[in-house]
Amino acid sequence: MSHTLKTALGVIALIALAAVGYFGLADNLAFMTQVVIMMIFVLSLDYVLGYAGISTLGHAAMFGTGAYAAAIFATSVSSDPILGILAGAVAGGAIALLSGFVLMRAHGLTLLMLSIAVTEVLHELANKYSGITGGADGLSFTPGPILGRFEFDFAGHIAYIYSVCLLLLVFIKLRVLTASPFGLAARGIRESQARMRAIGTPVYWRMLLIYTFGGAFAGVAGALSAQTTALVSLSVYDFQLSAGAVLMLILGGTGQLWGAILGTMVYMTVHQIASSVDPFNWLFIIGAMVLIVVYLVPNGLMALPALLLRWRRK
Amino acid sequence: MSTLFSIVIDGVAYGMVLFTISVGLSVTMGLMRIVNLAHGGFALLGGAFTHWAMTGLGLPFLAAAPLAIAMVMLLSLPMERLLYRPIYKMGELQQVLATIGITFLIIASVNWWLGSTLQSIQLPAFMSGAVNLGLRTLPTQRVYVIIAGLLVICGLYILIERTRFGIKLRAAVDFPGTAACLGIDTSKIFLITFALGAGLAALGGILGAEILPIEAYYPLRYMVLFLTVVAVGGMGSITGSFLAALGLGILDTATRYLLPDFGTVFFYFAMILVLGIRPNGLLGKSLS
Repeated sequence: MSHTLKTALGVIALIALAAVGYFGLADNLAFMTQVVIMMIFVLSLDYVLGYAGISTLGHAAMFGTGAYAAAIFATSVSSDPILGILAGAVAGGAIALLSGFVLMRAHGLTLLMLSIAVTEVLHELANKYSGITGGADGLSFTPGPILGRFEFDFAGHIAYIYSVCLLLLVFIKLRVLTASPFGLAARGIRESQARMRAIGTPVYWRMLLIYTFGGAFAGVAGALSAQTTALVSLSVYDFQLSAGAVLMLILGGTGQLWGAILGTMVYMTVHQIASSVDPFNWLFIIGAMVLIVVYLVPNGLMALPALLLRWRRK
Repeated sequence: MSTLFSIVIDGVAYGMVLFTISVGLSVTMGLMRIVNLAHGGFALLGGAFTHWAMTGLGLPFLAAAPLAIAMVMLLSLPMERLLYRPIYKMGELQQVLATIGITFLIIASVNWWLGSTLQSIQLPAFMSGAVNLGLRTLPTQRVYVIIAGLLVICGLYILIERTRFGIKLRAAVDFPGTAACLGIDTSKIFLITFALGAGLAALGGILGAEILPIEAYYPLRYMVLFLTVVAVGGMGSITGSFLAALGLGILDTATRYLLPDFGTVFFYFAMILVLGIRPNGLLGKSLS
């Protein structure tokens, strides 16, 4: 099956999934919009972490910057949501590029810690310069109608459809990007930096570019989150957001895009159900689920069918 | 002058707490080459057990604290064998996932057992209050924390440099393969070191309860803090952890006193600066 055909089928599957959610769980549109936004965010992380092997626990830095950029852009330049998304992408990419100059030199624990540090510094700066960001109160704004026609409605129908459209765009873009020679270089870097260097790839600059692209996609997710909730608070820079995204990605399986979609869906659904059934002890469920997956299917839920097949053959 | 004095005393005390909690993490991470995000859980358990032994069993602090540390060490043995052993050979990301899962389970357990309120630890009379040095007075608790921290580093120095176990431990950290070939039971060394690290974390959790309050979400709240000490000091280096903990403790305390508006900006800037210049930390060895 050709790559284009697979992508087309993937898009159809995503649309079908989104439609099932839309008609089947119409009361939970706000939650499902959150899931879709998180999917975009985790996809952007998959591009950085799954494809290029850049381990990070600070992906929220780009999400948060994208969110603030979209909000500030809406209040001071134009309230057009599409332009706001672009602003978020540019801001997310810019922060990734700037921090990437230092981050891409490190690896392992050092890289994890540096990525956390960048997010924490942004968190503190956003708190300190409350004149621009609203500080602890947050920054609320009113996004304009999408394409000048579709107003965000109170029930969240437009927000959901708008988010799904952006998810599809990001998905297609990443499918193309990961199959391109540039994407193959990313996988090569993940597998062996030394060999890539030996065949003449400027590894550092490639990684910097990949991190910047990944940051731009994360910025899109942040901007979308800001627009659909009409509010940006300091929590966009939370460590829990970065760690949660990594959790969802590894849960689903890295380096194949679908793992990001599946992991996000499963994690957020279990989280939602567990925390509504037992608001005090839901962490037991999440912790147990995470451990079971790590010990039984270390490569993530996407590897489950292959694993089951192998067990049956034995 | 008096501000400077307070900064130094509070900063050093804070640094000692950070060191006591993080040193075990640093050694186990250097020894087993794993990313462990659950270490703060042992500090939480130490504090929670102490709280329980004092309020539930009515024990005095000096009996409750050793009991709590012993309980944490005992608990850490099966945890190492059952939960950590399988992940040593896994990739970095699986380790992140697994140890976050363990953290969640610890948080959920403490939350279920003691609730999500603050678990206060009532210090005995001789440790609370203030001590008069003639020139000025300072909180007695800080003095005890600093003394305890110094005892810990002296004890560790003797253990690592002067005992048979220390020789084996150093061999296992530097060349695990060769050490195993020479007949050193590295898996036993792992286990003992892990339990020791857990016990020290528990001690740090108890001593630092006034600075880092004990509550269910403690391991998640301070996870980054402990990892920072390890990364800045250099994985596996005890002296590195000590320098990093002391430096970061004083820096963080100084900015809280002098530039409270900026929060933890300088703390993280210092980390970026150190790791930008020395990617393996102050005294860390290159892993590759």
